[in-house]
Amino acid sequence: MPFEALLGAWVATGLTLFIFTFLYKDNPLFKLAEHLYVGVSVGYTIVKAYDTVVIRLIYEPMVVQGDWSLLIPLGIGTLMLARYAPKAAWMSRIAFAFIVGVGSGLAIPRVISSYILKQVEDTIRPLVSMAQGGALAFSTNILDPASNLNAVVLLVGVVSVLFYFFFSIEHTGPVRVAARTGIVFLMIAFGAAFGYTVMARMSLLIGRLTDLIEYADPGYGRPSLWLLLATITTLVVWSLRRRDEHPPEG
Amino acid sequence: MIFLRRQLPLLITFVTGLLFATQYYVPHPASERMLTEVTKWLQIIGGFALVLGVTSLFHLHAVKIRRKEPGWGYSFVLYAVMLGTIAVGLWVNGKETVNGTATAFGWIYSNVMVPLQGTMFAILAFFIASAAYRSFRARSREAAVLLLAAVVVMMGRVPLGEYLVPLSGDITQWILNVLNASVRRAIYIGVSLGAVALSLKIIFGIERAYLGGGKE
Repeated sequence: MPFEALLGAWVATGLTLFIFTFLYKDNPLFKLAEHLYVGVSVGYTIVKAYDTVVIRLIYEPMVVQGDWSLLIPLGIGTLMLARYAPKAAWMSRIAFAFIVGVGSGLAIPRVISSYILKQVEDTIRPLVSMAQGGALAFSTNILDPASNLNAVVLLVGVVSVLFYFFFSIEHTGPVRVAARTGIVFLMIAFGAAFGYTVMARMSLLIGRLTDLIEYADPGYGRPSLWLLLATITTLVVWSLRRRDEHPPEG
Repeated sequence: MIFLRRQLPLLITFVTGLLFATQYYVPHPASERMLTEVTKWLQIIGGFALVLGVTSLFHLHAVKIRRKEPGWGYSFVLYAVMLGTIAVGLWVNGKETVNGTATAFGWIYSNVMVPLQGTMFAILAFFIASAAYRSFRARSREAAVLLLAAVVVMMGRVPLGEYLVPLSGDITQWILNVLNASVRRAIYIGVSLGAVALSLKIIFGIERAYLGGGKE
């Protein structure tokens, strides 16, 4: 087996176990892995940003293709750094004003089109369909998101949730009924989101455990077993030393 | 001077805001080119924002190391690893693979960053479960509905759940595609109305929080 793969298996296993030690309690091994994670992530982001922004978006178009108009965003970006000079800090407002102005301008028509009109259009669908021969039909297949029954449920859900968030009128009478229905829909959605998130995390957990099982193979030198032993020993020693330094009261 | 400090930023916001709001309704190649260009500009300016964020992190940990505060060794490790990753990344021009072979930068990504990230998010499964136990106890009808929906979705997404309750997969799909979609849609509509209102307030200078405080 190549040395890089072997070293990679030991490093990945060690770091995985160090993070898992947090399930016991906050400890130096976890803190070490946590700071390694922040350091590597920031380093990685900086390298990727350098490659994307400095090389591809600035250096190549400007120096290779001669597109000097990019001096404008460079100037605006540099103004941001004026925050480090208290007397010139106000200049950074110009950069923020540009970003916020462009962002707001871009957002208005696109948000109206994609998130308001499109959503309303998809909600207000025909509640009955036209069957062959001109007769009206009402499909009740709940597994088909496009069925008429689901169109009714969607409409009721959207309207009732909007009613729940509409505070300009008092929630009494029919409005109260609509708002209460909205709460039920919201609770179902929150529950579904929770269940979905838990299962996504479980999937990640299964991935990590699969790696640990794979790295228990003799071909890698059984890093999972040796490092698990080393981690547990370190935690026991750390706990005992801590108990000696801070004996429990009473 | 007050014009440069206060009114010029508001003027820039107003002009750029109106310009790019109207750009959407002008399907001319020049208009499309302008949008493409400004998107690149925003990416470039975003790079400078990253500099601001990273400098703040550098400063925070540098102070900890200089004052030898408790846990300063971890800050030192963070610095060393960060600088090491940057050096290795720049050495290979930010490439994770060359001719199908992983570079040292790719090795760091696969064997350090991915396991750390995956495990960090994986342990959240345990904390979510314990938080759920505390908060989900069916103390009201609404909490019971939430609990039931969560259980059904969790069961519907694993083979064991579908084996125990054969309908759970279908019900999960219905909950996600219809009930959840209706709520998401309503929330999108509400949030979007708020976003449009906020954007208009920013463009017309009513909302100025983004300019920050400090001297006028």
